[in-house]
Amino acid sequence: MIPIAAINPVAKLGAGVIVSLFLIVTIDWVSASTALVLELAIIALMGIEPRQFWLRTLPVWVAAPLTALTILLYGRYEGDVYFEFLLIRISDGSIELALATFLRVLAIGLPAVVLFISIDPTDFADGLAQRMRLPDRFVLGALAAVRMVGLFLDDWRSLELARRARGVADRGRFRRLAGQGFAFLVLSIRRGSKLSIAMEARGFGGDTPRTWARESRWGAAEWFTIVIGTLVGLTATVVAVLTGNWNSIVG
Amino acid sequence: MLVLGESGAGKSTFLHALAGVVGDDEGESEGSLLVDGAHPSATRGRTGLVIQDPDSQVILERVGDDVAFGCENLGVPRDETWRRVRESLAAVGLDVPLDRNTSALSGGQKQRLALAGVLAMRPGLIVLDEPTANLDPAGVAEVRDAVIRVAESTGATIVVVEHRVSVWSDVVDRIVVLSAGGGVIADGAPADVLSGQGKELAARGVWIPQFPPPRPQRSERAAKHSLLAAQQLRVGRGKHALGSELNFEVMSSSALAITGPNGAGKSTLALTLGGLLTPIAGAVAASATLAKGAGEHPIRWKSRELLTRIGTVFQDPEHQLLTSTVRAELEVGPRALKLPGAEADARVDELLTRLRLEKLAGANPFTLSGGEKRRLSVATALATRPQVLVLDEPTFGQDSRTWSEMLALLARLVDDGSSVIAVSHDLEFVEALADSTVVLE
Repeated sequence: MIPIAAINPVAKLGAGVIVSLFLIVTIDWVSASTALVLELAIIALMGIEPRQFWLRTLPVWVAAPLTALTILLYGRYEGDVYFEFLLIRISDGSIELALATFLRVLAIGLPAVVLFISIDPTDFADGLAQRMRLPDRFVLGALAAVRMVGLFLDDWRSLELARRARGVADRGRFRRLAGQGFAFLVLSIRRGSKLSIAMEARGFGGDTPRTWARESRWGAAEWFTIVIGTLVGLTATVVAVLTGNWNSIVG
Repeated sequence: MLVLGESGAGKSTFLHALAGVVGDDEGESEGSLLVDGAHPSATRGRTGLVIQDPDSQVILERVGDDVAFGCENLGVPRDETWRRVRESLAAVGLDVPLDRNTSALSGGQKQRLALAGVLAMRPGLIVLDEPTANLDPAGVAEVRDAVIRVAESTGATIVVVEHRVSVWSDVVDRIVVLSAGGGVIADGAPADVLSGQGKELAARGVWIPQFPPPRPQRSERAAKHSLLAAQQLRVGRGKHALGSELNFEVMSSSALAITGPNGAGKSTLALTLGGLLTPIAGAVAASATLAKGAGEHPIRWKSRELLTRIGTVFQDPEHQLLTSTVRAELEVGPRALKLPGAEADARVDELLTRLRLEKLAGANPFTLSGGEKRRLSVATALATRPQVLVLDEPTFGQDSRTWSEMLALLARLVDDGSSVIAVSHDLEFVEALADSTVVLE
C-alpha cells in the first residue's frame, strides 16, 4: 500500500497535470486506454477503501458516458453511417471518437479525483507558498476563505428559512432567489471583513518576513510521484505512436 | 481595565485603534494614540485583539496551526513557535490535541483559542471586545477565568469592553466610561466609578449589578388553551436527530423558554416549532384554534399561512431583512396577507412608535445598530399578528435598555393572549418571562 496522504499535495497536483498534458494533445483510444489501465493498477495499489473510491469518483463515471453520448450522436462523420435523424448521425467516425472520449475523460478524471481525496487544504497551501513560491498573502487569504465555506452554507440555509418565515416563499421563485443572492453577498462581505480584521490583528500582512510553523517537505516520495505521472503519460504516448493511433491535435 | 459606555460611544473603534487594525480609509481620526511610544500599526503584535463573534476569528482548520498563525506572521522561528503554541494553550486551559478541528470547538473554547492565538504573539497589551457576549453561562466563566490566568502569568495589560459589568467588575483595577458625545465621563477604581456613575450608566444601557433594568408589570391573563404540541418530537438538520425525544404543549397566554448549553439543538427546535424545519421523528401538531383550517402540521402550511399563525424571529436579524427601508420591511408581512392599504399603514405606524423606530422609518435596515435591528426583526413578525411568536436568543448581546424593552414587549404579548416561545441562555430573562421551561441536554 502506498501512503498517498503523506505525499506533498503539490507533487500530487504536478503528477495529475503531467498525465493530463500527455493525454490532451492527442485524441485516440489507445493512449487513453493504456493510461487508464496503468492508473487503475496504481490506484489499486494505493489501497483506497472501495466505497470511498466509487463515491468520490461517481461524478467522473457519470460525466464520461454523457460526454461520449454527445460525441456519438453529433461527432465526426466518417465511414459507414448506421443511424441518421435530423442533426444526429452515428457513423464509424463518431463511434471511434466517442469511445476515445469516454476513455479519456476517465483517464484524466479518475487520477485527479483520487489524488485530491487525500489533499488537506492547509498542507496544500503550505506547499503552494513554500514550494511553488506563490505569494503567501494570496495563498493564506484563499485558505482562510475556504474554511468559511461551511459558514456560508449555514447563512444560505438561514436566508431560505427566513424567507418562508416572512411569508414571501410561496411564489416568484426566481425573483426571490435574486434577492436572496444579494443578501447573501452582503453577509459574505461582512464575514470576510471580520475575518480580515482578525487576521490583521494577528500580524498578518505586516512587513516582517513570515516563517512557517509547518515545513512543506519535498523528498524522494515527491520526486517518485512526479516520475510515476510522467511514466504513465509517456508510456501511453509511446504505445499509441507505435500502434499508429497517435493523432496530435496540435498542427 | 474595563471600558464602558452606551452604544455608539466608540468602544469597539477604540479597541480596534489600539490593535492597529483601523484603516486610514475607514473614517477620520484626530489626536494621537501611542502604544509603547509608537503608532499602533508600527507595533503590530505588541497588541492582541479578541472580538465578540467566536466564528469569525478562527483562521485555520487545526487548533495548533491556528495558534501558530500569529507567530508565523511575526517571523518567529519554528521550534520557538511550537513551544509558544503549547504554552499558550496550557495558559488558557484549552486541553485538546493540536490537530483537533477548530470547527468542532464550542463557543467558549473558540474564544479561548483566539486568546491563545493572541497570547502566542507575546503581546504587552491584550484587548477584548465583548469576548463573552455570545456565550452561554458556562462559556462566560471559562473565558473570564482564562483571561485572569493569562493576566496573572504574563503581566500583560488587559483592556476589555463588555456590557455585562458583573462579569469583570470584581477582577479589574480600573473602569473607564466613554461618552457617546466623545470624551471620558469617568475613570477610576471600580467601586468609585460604579457608585458615582452607576445609576447614570444603568440608564444608558450598561449592566450594573446594583441597578438592574426594570421588569414589566404583569396584568391578568385570559384562560389558557393549547396551541401547539410537540409529540414524540426529535429535531435535527439533515438526517441525524439532536438530543432526545420531546413531548410538551405550547399554551396561549403563556411564555415557554427553551434553554440548554451551546450545541444542544435549541435553535433547531425553535425553527422546527416555527414550521420551518421538518421534524426527524414525531410531530409538531397545531390545535384547531391555531390551524384555522390550514391542517395539523405547520411544516406543510404555505409561507403566507404561517404569518398569522406562527411568527419566527431569527437569532441573526440580518438573515430576515428583505428590503431597503425600515418602513418597507414592516410592510412585507401585511402586503403578503393582502391587507387593505389603510389597515397596513395603521399597523406599521403603530409598530414604528411602539418600538421607537419612527425616526428610522426611511433608514436602510442594514445600517441600524444591533439593538435597533433586533427591535425591527421582532416588529416585522408582530406586523402580521401571529398567535405564536418564536424567538431565538432575543436578548443576545443586547444592552440593558434593549433587554428591558424586549422583556416588556413580550410580557405584554403574553398578557394579551399570545404565546411566546423563546430560546435563551439568559437566565434573568427566562426567570422574568417564562411560565414553563424546556431544558435540552
